[in-house]
Amino acid sequence: MLGKLTIEAVPYHEPIVMIVLAAVILGGAALFGFITVKKKWAYLWNEWFTSVDHKKIGMMYIIVALVMLIRGFSDAIMMRSQQMLASTGGHGYLPPDHYDQIFTAHGVIMIFFVAMPLVIGLINVVVPLQIGARDVAFPFLNSLSFWLFVVGALLVNISLGLGEFAKTGWLAYPPLSGANYSPGVGVDYWIWSLQISGVGTLLTGVNFIATILKMRAPGMSLMKMPVFTWTALCANVLIVAAFPILTATIAMLTLDRYLDFHFFTNDLGGNMMMYVNLIWAWGHPEVYILVLPVFGVFSEVISTFSKKKLFGYTSLVWATLVITVLSFIVWLHHFFTMGAGADVNAFFGIATMIISIPTGVKIFNWLFTMYRGRVEMTSPVLWTLGFIVTFTIGGMTGVLLAVPGANYVLHNSLFLIAHFHNVIIGGVVFGAMAGITYWFPKATGFMLCEKWGKRSFWFWITGFYLAFMPLYILGFMGMTRRLQHVDNPLWVPYLVVAFIGACLIMIGIACTVIQIAVSIKNRKQLQDTTGDIWGGRTLEWSTTSPAPFYNFAHEPQVSELDEFWEMKERGIEQEAKKPYAPIHMPRNAAAGVIISAFSLVFGFALIWHIWWMAVVGLVGMIATFIVRSFNYDIDYYVSVEEVERVEREGRERRALPSARTPNDTVVQG
Amino acid sequence: MRKSLMRGALRGLPILAGLLMLSGCDAVLFDPKGPIGESEKSLILTATYLMLVVVIPVIFMTLWFAWRYRDTKQSKATYTPNWAHSTKIEIVVWGIPCLIILALGILTWKSTHELDPRAEIVDGGEPIEVQVVSMDWKWLFIYPEQGIATVNELAMPVDRQVRFHITSDTVMNSFFVPQLGSQIYAMAGMENRLHLIGNEVGTYDGISASYSGAGFADMHFKTHVMSEGDFDAWIEKARGSSKVLDDAGFAALQEPSEDVAPTFYGQVKPNLYEQIMAPYMDGMELGMSDDQMRHMKKGGMHHDSAEHGMSDHDASGHAESAMATEE
Repeated sequence: MLGKLTIEAVPYHEPIVMIVLAAVILGGAALFGFITVKKKWAYLWNEWFTSVDHKKIGMMYIIVALVMLIRGFSDAIMMRSQQMLASTGGHGYLPPDHYDQIFTAHGVIMIFFVAMPLVIGLINVVVPLQIGARDVAFPFLNSLSFWLFVVGALLVNISLGLGEFAKTGWLAYPPLSGANYSPGVGVDYWIWSLQISGVGTLLTGVNFIATILKMRAPGMSLMKMPVFTWTALCANVLIVAAFPILTATIAMLTLDRYLDFHFFTNDLGGNMMMYVNLIWAWGHPEVYILVLPVFGVFSEVISTFSKKKLFGYTSLVWATLVITVLSFIVWLHHFFTMGAGADVNAFFGIATMIISIPTGVKIFNWLFTMYRGRVEMTSPVLWTLGFIVTFTIGGMTGVLLAVPGANYVLHNSLFLIAHFHNVIIGGVVFGAMAGITYWFPKATGFMLCEKWGKRSFWFWITGFYLAFMPLYILGFMGMTRRLQHVDNPLWVPYLVVAFIGACLIMIGIACTVIQIAVSIKNRKQLQDTTGDIWGGRTLEWSTTSPAPFYNFAHEPQVSELDEFWEMKERGIEQEAKKPYAPIHMPRNAAAGVIISAFSLVFGFALIWHIWWMAVVGLVGMIATFIVRSFNYDIDYYVSVEEVERVEREGRERRALPSARTPNDTVVQG
Repeated sequence: MRKSLMRGALRGLPILAGLLMLSGCDAVLFDPKGPIGESEKSLILTATYLMLVVVIPVIFMTLWFAWRYRDTKQSKATYTPNWAHSTKIEIVVWGIPCLIILALGILTWKSTHELDPRAEIVDGGEPIEVQVVSMDWKWLFIYPEQGIATVNELAMPVDRQVRFHITSDTVMNSFFVPQLGSQIYAMAGMENRLHLIGNEVGTYDGISASYSGAGFADMHFKTHVMSEGDFDAWIEKARGSSKVLDDAGFAALQEPSEDVAPTFYGQVKPNLYEQIMAPYMDGMELGMSDDQMRHMKKGGMHHDSAEHGMSDHDASGHAESAMATEE
């Protein structure tokens, strides 16, 4: 009846897990009770869960990402403390069975359920506004993408209390992840959480390519697109090109595990090297899916706060395109030590190095944007400066790892761990923090508290250097990754420093949480009534903050790069005089939530081999989709009166005091 | 400006090198005991210096520009809000990285061929053959020429190259003695080859560098680089062991075990190494030379391997099925 699921699946013997579970259940119950008492369920359902508004979906992505950041970080601090405690022959407090799940979960969560939603969340909030569109091309699909992603995150978290998570490392290399060596449900949780959220990501890719290519405001040719939109376009092209590889690869692993196929087994013709190649053929572009959009964030931030045009727009766009293409021909650098011949290794090593050229160009572009500008030291700028310095170091160690001869001794060492945290924290996390701070007023109508933002930055960056520079050294000292215990007194001081660094990062995360809480509390003082709080350059700043649900009352006309900046130079006022027209908008949709709920049932049932339930889930998904496709009432027109009302409120709001105005910051040359 | 930057960067180099060396006494990768490790160390340093040529100016310029052009009311720095293009700067920022990568690319091409793990080391002497098998969770070393085998202890004569034939009887591992140089993956049904030399007598740590499951953390071994005489004595000591690595002995060894103490086998079944690879191959010839295939056939493989303590090759059968239920 319940397949492999029995009461034994609850990890009673793991006190740490049980305490966490108790806290989660109590916290969840408290939240549930609070929402019920406040009678907010209907509000949440109507205004958020079923919303197809790209801004709300984007915000929900970011909220889930921040929650998962806390989960993923808990794994991190447990790993750092375990290695510190178990470094002189002791075995620490986490047995291998638990420790191996933790480092696997940490990697999976941080990449798929933190970094990805942070980036996709920002793309959602910003891109339609930047291109002067009223929503994405396929608003319902966008809602479905989000909820499928949520299901993936839920499955990872369910594994904490029911069964186990994979003990294979985040990419689940076979044969270790095959049925012979991992007979438990851990790998199945991994499979289904990634498959379901991966479909969501793929749909996002399709959606944003269509949105960016087809829905730009009149006059916005490709070479007049803001840089963030360019990087978002490239990232989504990469998603569409790379995610099917992931889906197919995991599907083959699934066939191996469920139906005794032999794609990647040791015997009967299976070849695990094929898996490693395929997973990295997705995995390397994935790195650029994460990092290209944050390059876009930094470009916007540095140009806005330097009050200066972005230096070398054209070369920056070309650099982005070159990276997009090259990212598909470097995957082998993740396994130089597999034994490919010298020609092959050298080719992939050199291809990897070539990527550092356009990346280096980007860094110079940001530098020369600051040059002869007026750089205002806001927290987004601090994140950007922290990024440039940190990412440059990470890039250097990356190129070093791309030299096969060096890789032969550095591969799988803590040097490698330090390198990719260096680029992912220094790049993606810093970029997401900069982007969230920068666009927060546009999404909510008030800015984030700068004081706590700067505190967060300083703790993060100090914590980062303390946590990861010792890992570089430990790599040179011969310490490899994923060790549940070690026995080398020479490594202890470095592990202690790394642990202290992780603690500082924890304070940094806490500062961000406090920052958000304080800002919500003080939202009146922090409100942006201008719509253009930073003195922005691109279209999103031309509408009110928060942007109305239809984004723009009049479809913007674009004639320049940095259109809004030019518009301000020309004088905006006459724009408001034009008469309004009815606005075509999509209706909210519950189908995304329902299909995803069935996919949760489907995934959960397959994990536990509860076949009848899997059928229910599958039929439910398909049936809901069919029903949805026969629903023709999916759009409506916002009346002219409604537009007038919203716009009038927006104008009245402009009269209120603002925490900042663009004129505060413009320094006359 | 550029000149002075370069000079500054060059002045910084010895300091940085010093910092690296400071930890160098503990950092095994900077204290190699063989020519392969030695080349890899110098490769790491050369590549790093080359990149610092651009990295140090970038970091310096970041901090300097941010400070110089910070927004203050009294700022006297030039402000050119519409300046966004300079062909000269573009040429420099594309050109310099291109030149550095060109240099690094040439270095990479040459060093990758020189350090090809499969290539015999020139002047390394007649290679000694060692067959390496990663198991759950220990390393098996077979010395086919000497007819002995060990678990978790490796010995090699000083100044003479060893040709490692590396495979796995389980999931993937990575064979790595950091102070001797290159690591390489151990994969079932396939053979990787690695040539290493130890040119200083001593004992060095060896590990698996690729995670392989619950007992992974203890999957290490000692590597003794010894004089010819000591090496012969070590072989004799192994020969003296009454333990025999025949089919029964190997079946016992296949049981997963952790933190395994060094063990010596005085006798090894001939062609055991080929026999270990065979069940995973099923006619596939991955990673095997024709020579080895012939060799293997001569050895007479028994696919009804009940006598090997292995299950049959039916759909569910797998050498590791016993171990799988164990996990």
